[in-house]
Amino acid sequence: MKKTVFIAAAILLGAFITGALDVVHPFGDPLEVPMDDYFIANALNDISAENIVTAIVFDYRGFDTIGEAAVLFTALTAVSVLLREGRKKP
Amino acid sequence: MIANAPFLLVGLLFLGGMIAIFMEKNLVKIAIAISVIGSSVNLFLVALGYRNGGTVPIHYMAGENTVMVLPTPQAMTLTAIVIALATTALLLSLIMLVYRHYGTLDIDEIRRLRG
Amino acid sequence: MNPLSVVVRTVCDLFAWFMIVFGVNVLLHGYVTPGGGFQGGAIIATFTAFLLVAYGGKRVAARVNNKLFDLFEEIGLIVFFILAFLGFPITFFFNFMARPLAESASGILPGVGTVALMSAAVGLEVTGALSLIILTMHKGIRMFKVEPLEQETGHER
Repeated sequence: MKKTVFIAAAILLGAFITGALDVVHPFGDPLEVPMDDYFIANALNDISAENIVTAIVFDYRGFDTIGEAAVLFTALTAVSVLLREGRKKP
Repeated sequence: MIANAPFLLVGLLFLGGMIAIFMEKNLVKIAIAISVIGSSVNLFLVALGYRNGGTVPIHYMAGENTVMVLPTPQAMTLTAIVIALATTALLLSLIMLVYRHYGTLDIDEIRRLRG
Repeated sequence: MNPLSVVVRTVCDLFAWFMIVFGVNVLLHGYVTPGGGFQGGAIIATFTAFLLVAYGGKRVAARVNNKLFDLFEEIGLIVFFILAFLGFPITFFFNFMARPLAESASGILPGVGTVALMSAAVGLEVTGALSLIILTMHKGIRMFKVEPLEQETGHER
């Protein structure tokens, strides 16, 4: 009984996901992208960056990198608080 | 429909991860399934930014070709990978604490003990 | 954990230091070739994981200094924030060292400006953070004899 309900729910979820992912856009043909066209055309002239991905991560969208460095720092603090040591036996 | 094969592969990986979360009883296997779901979403982000006949978005390696793939989803995927790593580290630490407190990793036993 | 056999230990001796050199190469050339701060930092952090697998927990915990990785992480974050505040009269995150392509061949610093310096700072921070996470989670297994902070419950019924 439980297994048939699970299998029916899995098939329904699979059909829904397939139907949704098929109509995003045709693969290899993105629609209007004015922001990326500006980045590709102007990154070399403005800051003479040859690697456009690094220029986006550290210069054009640098706030996301600040947030990510903060997330790493918070994760390290939380792990070292959760796994504290007990008192050693005398 | 067969030309959109990378998107269908993303759906397949996501469905496999969700089925594993519902049907598994071991806590570590549920953590592995959560990591698989995170990887499938990263693959979807990178596959969204492909252009036909495009090349790598680096001027040093592009050469004569001037049609480049979109660089913004690749920058977003870098951030998403690091955040998924932080989530997995915290999840595994909590599983270690649960094992030390209850002595078992089976979710049916943990629900019954209520220590 | 116990140290593994002599074959694994010899391979670790040969390759562990080479991975640091490769990681620094990927990190510093981040503005020309694919790579950058995050990728180079993750490659350098596999040095700690390699040592931990080949030599066992007790020997590595006795010799590795936790304060070194702590210093790496703090210095990386502080340098990153100071570089972000230095462009302040115009805006918060301004790239004040950048020069356009026509005149970027002169001088010591490359024409990209703060992109290369911030990339190095973030790589240093990621190295320290990932190594510390691996070492802390390994020590939390409690192989050594310590007294727990609270009693184990859940065994009454």
